[in-house]
Amino acid sequence: MIETEKLGKQYSYKEIISDVTFRVEEGEMFGLIGPSGAGKSTLLRLLDLLEEQTEGSLSLLGEPVTRNPTERLKLRLRMAMLLQKPVVFNTSVEGNIALGLKFRKVGKAETAQKVHDALDAIGLTGYGTRKAITLSGGEAQRVALARAMVTEPEILYLDEPTANLDPPSTEKIEQLVVRMNKELGTTVILSTHDLLQGQRLAKRIGVLMNGKLLQTETTRKIFHQPQSTQIARFVGMDNLIDGKVIATDREEVTIATGNVEIHALSSYPVETKVTALFRGEDVTIDLYPRSTTSARNLLHGTIEKLVPVGPFEHVLIDCGVLIIALVTIRSVEDLGLAPGKEVWVSFKATAVHVIAQNS
Amino acid sequence: MVNEIVDGFVQAFWLIVNLDPEVIEITLRSLEISLAATIFGALVALPLGGFIHFHEFRGKRILVNIIQTLYALPTVIAGLFLFLFISRAGPFGFLGLLFTPGGMVIAQFILILPILIGLTISALSTIDRDTRLTVTSLGASSSQSVFTIMQEARFAIFAAVILGFGRAISEVGAAMMIGGNIRGATRVLTTAITLETSIGNFSLSIALGIILLGVAVIVNLILNVAQQR
Repeated sequence: MIETEKLGKQYSYKEIISDVTFRVEEGEMFGLIGPSGAGKSTLLRLLDLLEEQTEGSLSLLGEPVTRNPTERLKLRLRMAMLLQKPVVFNTSVEGNIALGLKFRKVGKAETAQKVHDALDAIGLTGYGTRKAITLSGGEAQRVALARAMVTEPEILYLDEPTANLDPPSTEKIEQLVVRMNKELGTTVILSTHDLLQGQRLAKRIGVLMNGKLLQTETTRKIFHQPQSTQIARFVGMDNLIDGKVIATDREEVTIATGNVEIHALSSYPVETKVTALFRGEDVTIDLYPRSTTSARNLLHGTIEKLVPVGPFEHVLIDCGVLIIALVTIRSVEDLGLAPGKEVWVSFKATAVHVIAQNS
Repeated sequence: MVNEIVDGFVQAFWLIVNLDPEVIEITLRSLEISLAATIFGALVALPLGGFIHFHEFRGKRILVNIIQTLYALPTVIAGLFLFLFISRAGPFGFLGLLFTPGGMVIAQFILILPILIGLTISALSTIDRDTRLTVTSLGASSSQSVFTIMQEARFAIFAAVILGFGRAISEVGAAMMIGGNIRGATRVLTTAITLETSIGNFSLSIALGIILLGVAVIVNLILNVAQQR
């Protein structure tokens, strides 16, 4: 459906993206995550054929993309894109939604029907004759989505579509996109720096950093088994602990870090310098050592401090090595967690992802 | 002198109220010539401005700079050049355009063309990149894309045209040199004011001046209404 091969783009000697190779299947909802400035927008502009790559090649909808403007326009007519900043034209809401149909020379009656249905779908029934520039940001972005929707694209690109929107507008946009993907089978590529949005919507995610696609995996794997510490930090891995493999036993390794040992599932040989990665929510805190736990890792330590994160708190515990746990505020209150308190932390060997250092 | 001014205003008032035939004739001719120059100018400048804006070529920046410099093209220089071209001995002398309204239309056309082209380019540059990308992404062909973006910049382009008209109707140098201020043939508001003032006929001068200002006020009003939409 979408296939790129060593795709790259340079602007006057500044490389924005390079060596991007990936595939997206028909009907897939693919997430593209990465920090701002990583090249996500540039990649989407290349895929929507708004710009030409300076290196590599791509094929869309089963056809290799050439430089021929007529052929590019033909492919572009089967795709649509929504930008981060809501773009509306200085005309009525109807006129805005109908624009893509006008370019396709769709008849008046059919256009009117589609515009009407689209207004319903985006929850702006009755807004048709309003001036589009008077709409709020959220409304304008919904109109922009409707404008893309009515052209019935086979591929829809979303470039941080809700970055500037309030939560209700974000939810509405996400619902519509999910519907297009499920009901019409539209292939969707969504770029976002909002990890939760990526997690909510995408089945598979590509991590773009500094113009390079570092890892392309299922969403679960991206969040639990990042390939590098760079990605681990970006996807919110709380614990990145450097150490050395000191023993192996079948699938399990023992990693020494300071005077603490961590058990994890991995196949790295003894003496390998590794980083153990695990999420704060996989760490359990108890006031006494649990006898019934199946967790292979049980450490004793003292709470250093608590840092609130929304409805949760990050609990920083000095166990000889700093372990960060993510617990609900309720648990913090129930257990009476406070700096200086001694606690037991436990986490499963399966929760720990091990990567070799310098990877 | 003060008396003469007051007197002038009183007489001017009656000339306008009584629809003095000569005043009407001069006003209408002024409007006709300048409107014609503006319409022809817009017909050439809009596509040309669009072409320059939407195409990348060598020397584009220099060209735009030259166009902007020509905003200040002195009217007498425009008049002089055109005079040399269309006077009987000039290369286009055979057309017999010198001292005709047609010649004046050409003179004003030349005069305002840089403003029209330059401001059309400026108007189009105000359309941001995201808007252009969206048009392309929606599947516009190159002509559909140019048309849509011009439409998006329509108010700014309209303002450019109105400004061009303002310069055309208020200039005197080219109108005098090419038209010759011939009574009943090429006399327009500005040339009439020049002449009547020089022969001491202040009341007619003031009346024509008020009308010229009136035209400017109307043009400004139209511009304001357009920009508020």
